[in-house]
Amino acid sequence: MSRDSIGFTFIVSATLCVVCSILVSGAAVGLRSKQELNKEIERKKNILSVAGLLKPGEGTGNVRKIYEDHVDGIIVDLNTGKVVTDDKELFPHPEEYDQKAAIDNPKMSMQIESSKDLAGIKRRENYSWVYLIHDENGKLTQYVLPVRGKGLWSTMWGFIALETDLTTVAGLTFYEQGETPGLGGEVDNPKWKAQWVGKEVYNKEFQPDIEVIKGSVNPESPNAIHEVDGLSGATITSRGVTHLLDFWLGDLGFKPYLEQVREKEEK
Amino acid sequence: MNSKQKEVLTGPILNNNPIALQILGICSALAVTTKMETALVMSIAVTLVTACSNAAVASIRLQIPSSIRIIVQMTVIASLVILVDQFLKAFAFGISKQLSVFVGLIITNCIVMGRAEGFAMKNEPGISFLDGIGNGLGYSAVLMLVAFFRELLGSGSLFGFQILKLSRDGGWYDANGLMLLPPSAFFIIGITIWILRTLKTDQMEEA
Repeated sequence: MSRDSIGFTFIVSATLCVVCSILVSGAAVGLRSKQELNKEIERKKNILSVAGLLKPGEGTGNVRKIYEDHVDGIIVDLNTGKVVTDDKELFPHPEEYDQKAAIDNPKMSMQIESSKDLAGIKRRENYSWVYLIHDENGKLTQYVLPVRGKGLWSTMWGFIALETDLTTVAGLTFYEQGETPGLGGEVDNPKWKAQWVGKEVYNKEFQPDIEVIKGSVNPESPNAIHEVDGLSGATITSRGVTHLLDFWLGDLGFKPYLEQVREKEEK
Repeated sequence: MNSKQKEVLTGPILNNNPIALQILGICSALAVTTKMETALVMSIAVTLVTACSNAAVASIRLQIPSSIRIIVQMTVIASLVILVDQFLKAFAFGISKQLSVFVGLIITNCIVMGRAEGFAMKNEPGISFLDGIGNGLGYSAVLMLVAFFRELLGSGSLFGFQILKLSRDGGWYDANGLMLLPPSAFFIIGITIWILRTLKTDQMEEA
């Protein structure tokens, strides 16, 4: 059979396809468990770092151990504010709930009216993870809430950690963003993130009240506790951070849940 | 090592550089060079893919029907790139996140395809493998050079180690934001080509 005949062409292409697909699928299957582990550790690392339990540059070796000792994940119904982790009908396997996948699942999420869509995310999942952080003695110290919203170029994904008064910020971090390097990308700068600690995100009436302002915060201003320095040269990214916090701390976000926690504590 | 092997291996670094002379593979040279670490991993990945795809294509070059040869090369290259991507995700997760889509885009890197079609189709697997390594090294040299200037001037660091203390951290060096944006790579590659062609006048093109 000559090299350029139709039959030979089919044989060559079929053989090549089989060999290549065996190689590719073999690698994908063989390496999957290692890749999943990487993703899991990455997620846990982000939660630990916003809670201040992981110093930057610390090895990944004990991430799982620290996470197990200090973090307790619960699932919250964002519409009612109820904790639904133990609802066996909704979540037979709560630890498998994939919040990111739920966003695009029409049964698990809802469309946000554009007038209320402060964060620019279009769809919001009905159930969200909330991570409760405990100290060595098992005392609750922080609530870690996943947040996301649009900046200038990208959706910024992050976590905000609140103290047990549900108002004071214990930490803020963005683990995935594609803002302009050196300008908006500075949302990742540890120096900028550090000034969030101690700020208050709710006012006395428990309405979201936090703003990334243009320029620097005047410490004399009565509102200084609700304000954070803007990122220079990144007006839209700064505004995006303000808006996404307004959204996730508001009625469509975690406010119903936080209000219930509050009422329980007052009793 | 005989002189042909030597020529094939080292030629592409200065005399016949794929980026500087052949102007191939510019796209990824812009995208992954803000940090030396990502540039280094990208260089290794491209070198490996070029070398292996060259060897694979060369070893079946006598069987490949000419009517589908480009598709065959593409399939070989794409499979190798997916392998590299999978391995990075498993063993260098942090870096694979930074390189994101650009690992997958090695498939479209003109150097890989260009060498498979231009060299591996006409030569033995061994020498084709060396040619792949050589061209990979030439690509790497330019990538590392560009990344060196972009990271040093844009972030004041090299491989993540702070060299110049930035003014926003209380130092003296005011970071050059342009260096972190893709256009700066054009300037650096342009200047590199200029210097290279001034030194090696035989690379100049007729005006």
